[in-house]
Amino acid sequence: MSEERLKGLFVRGLAGDAAAYHTFLQSLGSHLRAFLRKRLSRLPDEVEDLVQESLLAVHNQRHTFDPAQPLTPWVYALARYKLIDYLRRRERTDLLNDPLDEESELLGTSDAEAAEARRDVAKLLQGLPDRQRLPIQHVKIDGLSVAETARMTGMSESAVKIGIHRGLKVLAARIRAGAGTAEGSAS
Amino acid sequence: MKTEELVNLLAAQTVAVDRGAAARRMIFALGIAGGAGIALTGAVLGFNPHLAQESALPMFWVKQVFCAALALPACIMAARLGRPGRRPGSLLTGIGVPLVAMWGLAAVVLWRAPAAERLTLLLGHTALVCPWLIALVSVPAFIGLFWLLHGLAPTRLASTGAAAGLAAGAIGAWIYALHCPEYAAPFLALWYVLGMAIPTALGALLGPRLLSW
Repeated sequence: MSEERLKGLFVRGLAGDAAAYHTFLQSLGSHLRAFLRKRLSRLPDEVEDLVQESLLAVHNQRHTFDPAQPLTPWVYALARYKLIDYLRRRERTDLLNDPLDEESELLGTSDAEAAEARRDVAKLLQGLPDRQRLPIQHVKIDGLSVAETARMTGMSESAVKIGIHRGLKVLAARIRAGAGTAEGSAS
Repeated sequence: MKTEELVNLLAAQTVAVDRGAAARRMIFALGIAGGAGIALTGAVLGFNPHLAQESALPMFWVKQVFCAALALPACIMAARLGRPGRRPGSLLTGIGVPLVAMWGLAAVVLWRAPAAERLTLLLGHTALVCPWLIALVSVPAFIGLFWLLHGLAPTRLASTGAAAGLAAGAIGAWIYALHCPEYAAPFLALWYVLGMAIPTALGALLGPRLLSW
């Protein structure tokens, strides 16, 4: 998908259009998969884990995207950072078999064939504290509204929203911490 | 969890992103940090009692503009580097201009001064403490800017930390000027710049440790 189309979907997603955001994440996932498969050809089993970690990072950091700027450099810098961070935590930067200087290529390749992830994000989700786990479970997985979730859990609506937001950040930190020696921390 | 399920989860009931949040956080962080820096200067160092008379000196305003002209582009650069894919660009020039201007002014002042006065112009009366006190006064801004960047997503951590350190140092020097009795350009060109260099170096060192995500 082209820069313009993908960026258009992302900008609509940032404005709260869930359907556009879903299409954006799905096709970005395919681009990231192709990009990472090429870079991690010696660690093929870990590609899907990193695709998921990168998608979670895109989501958690989406507020740092400036719609006045092009999308490609933003996604590329983010994916590159996650890839290097991933290898560094494993002390395996030697496995980086391709130079990381072809930004334009990121959205030029696509691979929709997801492999099995080795790490189960669902299991990590279950490990979150209730004030984060329940809002994510009810709103993001079961499809209940924020108001319904607030009623069911006895939390306030803003606590439900904060629980989702913080929970996904903690999830990213735990993915990082679990994957290597480095400590993770949520902001 | 399959990637498809993760995408469903992330996209489900997504809400609009608050576009002004980053700017509000910056104003909040710098406001608190500036206030804390001024309080720290007043409580620990004391304000310069002759400030009112000295504000009539042209060099008082040169010092103010010098610090502000470094703080502003450094703050913008730190905030920009907090976003993936952004580069410092012309902001590096923006930081270079006040530095070169101050060094040029210092050179002219030293060149025109009688040889016997040159050392005094360079050392003033507070050279030994000045850089350390500037570094001390910059601590609240340093913490505030790192907190701010922790909520963004810097990908070049040492550069981002250095930019935040320089911004904190320039803000610290700006506030320290409320205490400082020195106005000679050679003094400012050397000791103020050294004072700002301490948090800059610290920021470059701490960036990779504190800003990773």
